[in-house]
Amino acid sequence: MKLNDLVKEFGLEVKTASGHLDREVKSGYVSDLLSDVLAHADEGTLWVTLHIHQNIVAVAMHKDLAGIILVQGRQPEQDTIVKAEEENIPILVSSLSAFELVGRLYKAGIRGAAAH
Amino acid sequence: MTVSEVMATDVLTVRPEQTMSDLRIFMRDKRISGAPVVDNGKLVGMVSIEDLINALSECDLDTQIRYKMTTKVACLYADEPLVNCIATFSRHGYTRYPVVDRQGHLVGIVTKGNIVEGLLKKLEIEYVRTEAEINEARQRPTMRQFFEDVTADDISFIFKYHIAGQTLKDAGKAATELKHALKKLGICPPLLRRIGVATYEAEINLAAYTQGGEIIAHVEKWGVIVEAIDAGPGIPDIELAMKPGYSTASDWVRELGFGAGMGLVNIQKCSDEMELKSTVPDGTHLTMRFYYTS
Repeated sequence: MKLNDLVKEFGLEVKTASGHLDREVKSGYVSDLLSDVLAHADEGTLWVTLHIHQNIVAVAMHKDLAGIILVQGRQPEQDTIVKAEEENIPILVSSLSAFELVGRLYKAGIRGAAAH
Repeated sequence: MTVSEVMATDVLTVRPEQTMSDLRIFMRDKRISGAPVVDNGKLVGMVSIEDLINALSECDLDTQIRYKMTTKVACLYADEPLVNCIATFSRHGYTRYPVVDRQGHLVGIVTKGNIVEGLLKKLEIEYVRTEAEINEARQRPTMRQFFEDVTADDISFIFKYHIAGQTLKDAGKAATELKHALKKLGICPPLLRRIGVATYEAEINLAAYTQGGEIIAHVEKWGVIVEAIDAGPGIPDIELAMKPGYSTASDWVRELGFGAGMGLVNIQKCSDEMELKSTVPDGTHLTMRFYYTS
């Protein structure tokens, strides 16, 4: 499934890198520990988090993640938006809670990143 | 490929009203053994040394060429495919064939030599073009190519970044910049990711736990070394620091989602070799080594 499809299916709000939504989502990961994501997410993983500060962009960039979904309608900080645009990292916002969102993503066919 | 691509265009010709005596002088001066006979640009026949010998033996040198020439001429058309001309060569067994356009005007002459030469030229063009395409397709000269091209007892690229301590605001900038630099040098994506993640973790450590320090990357012929050096406070118990989940992070660090006690573990996982030296209160020196795999 591509980011585009998810945006349509779950009514996600596209905050950054709208030109990079044709990327295939290979897996999903949900965590609010950045080191945990650095250690366990894979290339092409979609990351679900509630962090809105700019460090999430660095994490996504270094792990070559497909994108980031912020939950509970949380809006990224301005610095985060600037950096994400620079690095072409799509940040999407969902009004759902992490549990609800991940449940639906799983139902849509997205599976967890392989445990390392 | 057509006949016109290989034919010679500077053709020596004679006119039908010239005599065989003229032909003898012409052939002697030009050192040729035959010539097309052309009337007003049109090919009307071929005259050869054989015709001249016959005329000599018959004491017929004052006769016009038109009466001694061969009029049944095997000729080629300029727009004919070259393969046809090879068939014509083997069918008639002559050494040279005049080339005419569709109106019968002489435009050139073809010998076996012309064909071979034309084919070789074509091959050469193809060869040069293929080489050019290969060179273009080949990536920009990468750093590894550079290492092969230059000689010195020791060569390395060094990238140095200053990391501010006690703030995570800009954390990740050095690792990001280093990653971009290494990408430009042609390091492959999987290795690039490992270096990026490990350097990022090291950078976070400098920013979160120290008074600041430096990240120094050495790009060597065999791989990349990344060092993270700080000026304190140092790690009292390295073994404990390496334990997954152990962290001394302050609240502000944890609030940002760091300090899960996974950084050093992750660095070890991402690097091929890791060395951690620390003295309290002087500081810590972390060395990570990454080898090119291919």
